[in-house]
Amino acid sequence: MIKIAVMGDTESIKGFASVGLDIFPCDREDEASALFKKIENAGYGVIYITERLAELLKKEIEKTDKQLSPSVVPIPGVSRNNGIGTDMLKAAVEKAVGSDIIFNK
Amino acid sequence: MAVMNVNPTRMELTRLKKQLNTALKGHKLLKDKRDELMRQFLDTIRETKELRERVESAIRGINAAFVTASSVMSKEALDTALLYPKQEVYLEQSTRNIMSVDIPVYKAETRTSEKSDIFSYGFASTSFELDDAVEGLSELLPDMLLLAEKEKAVKLMADEIEKTRRRVNALEHVLIPRYTETIHFIAMKLEENDRSSRARLMKVKDMMVTKQIEYKHTHPDAV
Repeated sequence: MIKIAVMGDTESIKGFASVGLDIFPCDREDEASALFKKIENAGYGVIYITERLAELLKKEIEKTDKQLSPSVVPIPGVSRNNGIGTDMLKAAVEKAVGSDIIFNK
Repeated sequence: MAVMNVNPTRMELTRLKKQLNTALKGHKLLKDKRDELMRQFLDTIRETKELRERVESAIRGINAAFVTASSVMSKEALDTALLYPKQEVYLEQSTRNIMSVDIPVYKAETRTSEKSDIFSYGFASTSFELDDAVEGLSELLPDMLLLAEKEKAVKLMADEIEKTRRRVNALEHVLIPRYTETIHFIAMKLEENDRSSRARLMKVKDMMVTKQIEYKHTHPDAV
């Protein structure tokens, strides 16, 4: 039995609490890394994270990419979105195929 | 490519031939694995791309609805409405194996299964934008879980494809040529040894024959 975490600025993730996901508000960017580690160690299987924070925590997220769990998924927040979710898929395609043949249309 | 540093003996030759055989078999298998993984990967990534686009646009819409809701309601009212959820979601995680890559499969379990039972607040003090947002979010949840599953699969598969490709290339361009050349080198060396010993034998025979003829000349009466 595993749980789902949502991490991001309060404004963006407030709603996810209403559907029963555990929310971890993070409004200060310098706390993001520590909070992410805390969530990871707490045994959450799926972590949704706003794109803004995902960019800051890129290194930490890449570390989880080789493990089965947790699955870290960037989602758009209310503000300052940067499309990092698509970029991560792009990077995976480039890694596997050698060049991006899916997203460059 | 460099020839390996081995003794050119028959035993070494048999050993290397066996190794070459194994390398060739492994190369074929890994190549098949890479091709199949790539096919599955491309299928998955296409689905993931569509799913991500759908989820992203849905979340943007929901975010907009939340922002509208928070502009018509007080912050306190909104917080009270949202922060004590009725609904709880647990995940059952199992794994599926695609070409030796373990990928997660999530099965969500919710505490209340009734669709209309998701609202954690009374309707009197909240705006209807909030209802839309919460409803949209709970409808989106299965897709979001699917996205988490698929993105993980994509990343793990990309990793495995890269690894397999490296192995295939190492076998194809380094190991197999090295074995082939070393085998060739040993075979040539053995043949050369063979020839030289034969030449030596012939020379010795020649010498013996000449000696015999000479002996017969000097002792004509000998038997």
